[in-house]
Amino acid sequence: MTTAVRTRKLTKRYGDVQAVGGIDLDIRRGEVFAILGPNGAGKTTAVEILQGHRTRDAGEVSVLGVDPGRPTRAWRARLGIVPQTTADVAEVTVREAVRHFAGYYPRPKDPDEVIRQVGLEGKAGKRIRELSGGQRRRVDVALGVIGGPELLFLDEPTTGFDPEARRRFWELIAGLAHNGTTILLTTHYLDEAEALADRVTVVAGGRIVAEGTPADLGGRAGAKATVSWSDGGERRSLETDAPTGTVLELTRRFGGEVPGLTVTRPSLEDAYLRLIGAAP
Amino acid sequence: MTGPLRQPPAIRLGLARAALETRMFFREKDAVVFTLSLPIVLLVIFGSIFSGPMGPGGVDVSQLYVAGLIGSAAMTGFQNLGITIAVDRDDGTLKRLAGTPLPRASYFAGKALTVLLVSLLQVTVLLIIGVTLFTLRLPSGPSGWATFAWVFVLGVLGSSLLGVAASSLPRSGRSAGAVIAMPFVVLQFVSGVFVPVAVLPDWLLNISSLFPLKWMCQGFRSVFLGEAGAALERTGSYELDRVALVLGAWIAGGLLLCLTTFRWKSRRDG
Ligand SMILES: Nc1ncnc2c1ncn2[C@@H]1O[C@H](COP(=O)(O)OP(=O)(O)O)[C@@H](O)[C@H]1O
Ligand SMILES: [Mg+2]
Repeated sequence: MTTAVRTRKLTKRYGDVQAVGGIDLDIRRGEVFAILGPNGAGKTTAVEILQGHRTRDAGEVSVLGVDPGRPTRAWRARLGIVPQTTADVAEVTVREAVRHFAGYYPRPKDPDEVIRQVGLEGKAGKRIRELSGGQRRRVDVALGVIGGPELLFLDEPTTGFDPEARRRFWELIAGLAHNGTTILLTTHYLDEAEALADRVTVVAGGRIVAEGTPADLGGRAGAKATVSWSDGGERRSLETDAPTGTVLELTRRFGGEVPGLTVTRPSLEDAYLRLIGAAP
Repeated sequence: MTGPLRQPPAIRLGLARAALETRMFFREKDAVVFTLSLPIVLLVIFGSIFSGPMGPGGVDVSQLYVAGLIGSAAMTGFQNLGITIAVDRDDGTLKRLAGTPLPRASYFAGKALTVLLVSLLQVTVLLIIGVTLFTLRLPSGPSGWATFAWVFVLGVLGSSLLGVAASSLPRSGRSAGAVIAMPFVVLQFVSGVFVPVAVLPDWLLNISSLFPLKWMCQGFRSVFLGEAGAALERTGSYELDRVALVLGAWIAGGLLLCLTTFRWKSRRDG
């Protein structure tokens, strides 16, 4: 089986909020897939339906070949979940927590090995309450991967991190992906999706507004470039698919150097903001 | 993948949960000190204010308090579970566990074993204080201890189930302490813990007769006051058959209540 997650017309409504409005996903085994979208886009609602935590209103869902609406123990043992927010297991140490959760699974990984993998070997004897936000998140990842999951869910894993902690966290996730774990990540950081994901789907208002590789998202936006120059003290600009031709023509017209010439393409950021409808 | 994997046995996981819960309980040092010292302080206060013989049998009032406070120690499960499960629901414990292959029964087994341990500890401390400071007489024969054991076990079970059901009442983990303490304190006043049943008005006693604590205290009085104290009961008897019946009914009803009201999610989860 090569498909890890498949949904068709997945929907979920809360009162008059259409949290998830008909989402189709196809996530392959072994890939890192990101659901990218602003706060309130419906990311958590969608992944918690996939995790079997919430019920769906309609649509087909299959996660590792099982309908999450009818979860079984054996299926749960194949998943790893890092929830969006956690505040539990505060009074136990990192090692105690990881060892305890290892006991839940039929074929767990070695707890000390996992603690090392998430970079907490120096904190293994510390109470989880005493850890920093970033270190706590690493515990969450450790508890998510201790069972040796085939599919790992990460819901906004780095929200609230400083840039340095985020970069190191990304290395951790990239390492897990390298070992073949399928990862479904949600994030509202474009650069996070870019850094980690093989494929991205952009969600806004509960709907998919774009999908593809991170480069595709940029590529689509980069189709048109803006060529600007000065003409007798006046600023001119032109949007074009073929900026090179425009520049050549301008060079001919000015007989050499074009005054104040710039060629710009919208950044990935601009593309993303336009996709989610937040562009200026 | 190879064939179906064997999941770890639910009983072993229940014991692992109990070990973890107990460890977490004892790590909250201030909570431990207060949980264990509250009944002792109450016993010393009540036992010292109200002492002296009472009724025709010449029972010392302080012994009424020992029996009553043992009853409320056996009801710790109500307070403990009502609060800790509400906190578990709020801080993400329940959600995290629901996302693992841990069987639900193992979670509850862990809670039950922890409560049993804490209640036993409280009762032991109370017995020691009762015997050394308040001339409490321990049961002399095995039949007295047998009564003690079944009242204790049925009482712990019934009130724990009631606690599990009550854990769904608080809106958040932070409000749980206040929400759960109120009915517990009221119940202690009307069930013969702080105030002897002999002086309670009928209508109050009728209300408290609906709940397990009144019957637990009555059972413990039969163990520690013996025949001499029976005259102080409203009916002139300890009615042990009714104690068993009501506590049994609470276990059945509490189980039903838990199964119908228990929520794995907090109010903000969908
Ligand atoms: N339990 C809930 N009850 C009511 N509305 C909810 C609930 N969960 C989510 N919503 C609403 O659904 C929308 C999507 O929320 P969510 O899935 O949490 O978005 P995201 O994770 O992308 O930030 C939001 O408008 C949110 O207010
Ligand atoms: Mg979210």
